Amino acid sequence: MTVADFAFYTFAVVTIVAGLSVTMARNPVHAVLWLITAFLSSAGLFVLLGAEFVAMLMIIVYVGAVAVLFLFVVMMLDIDFAELKSEMVKYVPIASLIGVILLVQLLLGVGAWVQADGAMGLRQSVTPDMTQIDNTHAIGLILFDRYLLLFQMAGLVLLVSMIGAIVLTLRHRTDVKRQNVLHQMWRDPAKSMELKDVKPGQGL
Amino acid sequence: MAEFLQTGFGITVLVALQALGVIAFVMIALIFMVYSDRKVWAAVQMRRGPNVVGPWGLLQTFADALKYVVKEIVVPAGSDRFVFFLAPLLSFILAMLGFAVIPFADGWVLADLNVAVLFVFAASSLEVYGVIMGGWASNSKYPFLGSLRSAAQMISYEVSLGLIIIGVIISTGSLNFSDIVRAQDGNLGLLNWYWLPHLPMVALFFISALAETNRPPFDLPEAESELVAGFMVEYSSTPYLLFMAGEYIAIFLMCALMSILFFGGWLSPIPGLPDGALWMVGKMCFFFFMFAMVKAITPRYRYDQLMRIGWKVFLPLSLGWVVLVAFLAKFELFGGFWARWAIGG
Repeated sequence: MTVADFAFYTFAVVTIVAGLSVTMARNPVHAVLWLITAFLSSAGLFVLLGAEFVAMLMIIVYVGAVAVLFLFVVMMLDIDFAELKSEMVKYVPIASLIGVILLVQLLLGVGAWVQADGAMGLRQSVTPDMTQIDNTHAIGLILFDRYLLLFQMAGLVLLVSMIGAIVLTLRHRTDVKRQNVLHQMWRDPAKSMELKDVKPGQGL
Repeated sequence: MAEFLQTGFGITVLVALQALGVIAFVMIALIFMVYSDRKVWAAVQMRRGPNVVGPWGLLQTFADALKYVVKEIVVPAGSDRFVFFLAPLLSFILAMLGFAVIPFADGWVLADLNVAVLFVFAASSLEVYGVIMGGWASNSKYPFLGSLRSAAQMISYEVSLGLIIIGVIISTGSLNFSDIVRAQDGNLGLLNWYWLPHLPMVALFFISALAETNRPPFDLPEAESELVAGFMVEYSSTPYLLFMAGEYIAIFLMCALMSILFFGGWLSPIPGLPDGALWMVGKMCFFFFMFAMVKAITPRYRYDQLMRIGWKVFLPLSLGWVVLVAFLAKFELFGGFWARWAIGG
């Protein structure tokens, strides 16, 4: 077994165990921590595939930003897990039915999978030669050069949805005290404070 | 011997030894950094600072470390024990991890990754977990409030930090630190370095680095006047030591990033003098001195001011700079001043 094999099996097992633990963990914060472990080990799998750029983005975006927000929300929530568990019993039949249907669909899909003769060749021809260009450059060329318009349109859609979310949740409350930073910055100490020369033992 | 080093096991041993070397360097640097931090701070306030243990108090940090290690570990009641101890370990290891890709001289790098910048960025974006987990696992109000503040602060400033680095990456065309330094090589010495084309961003990077590492004037996570010590309230003994060490190593990493990205890493500032690791270490020490000075002379920011600067000032400025540099570099305006591509373009 080479080092790469060993690393692959370690990361794969850790990913599966962590993924299972996300659903099994009793404490929601522990569940998020397991999710982070799953993200990290799948980033390891990406590195083994030679996709180091995707791996780093996986860590920066999912672990560094998305999971932090999850953790934020979960820590703030006051979840009574005993109550949730008793609720869950009611939904077990329908949940297992959905699970079985999904599994059967997946199996049927994989069973009926037929590959065209030139499929592998076509797939190879899209990816550039690894010796000539590293995958950061390759992704950059595809995203920002070849499909620039699509990339910009996707960005526009995200921007619109972001503005929409802000507009929907923004409310101007009048009953809270607000800090006006510019006002504070332009405040003149000479006008707001008066220095008095007090003689000792006399007072003002 | 040379044959042994070609085998798989030999390479593993070699890499392990190199890693140990880097860790030893960082740990020794850490010990004297804490000392110099206190000395600079004391000098600004016209005090003597540590001066009892060893000559000029040089061994003070050893005494402090020993004190922390032999103290009793207090675990608060109702805390989550596993997460409670995982948090300081995580923040220490992640701070150390960044040094795996920092080149100290040409070729003196543990892992010459071609996504080194992203690696450091990923490690520093994970550092926030040490803080959140520590605050949550302590099962107490003040640590929790401190950790929430700190998480928001670190995430906010990571955005502008990342955008500033992107400007340098556009100029270099590479995510490798060694390539970034080589792109700054030239026959003009320090005028060739990126601080000149990226001048406004140097100041922004420095301030963002202060906020990212929770240093004064942005040390709100541990604001002792309101939150006692923020997320570290319940920590004592070795776990506390690990938190503090992680914080200082993260600062040292930021100093290394400053010198690599904007000040030419191992390159010598005066043409003619030989390049080398000493320049790199010297630059890192200089930026650490700046960090210490800022700590000594600035009052702490209010939290809403901190957030305002991060999102309303630094983010638009750095984003605008990225767009500007992208255009200047792509069309090679001003004689390709912004486009000193190490590879490709």
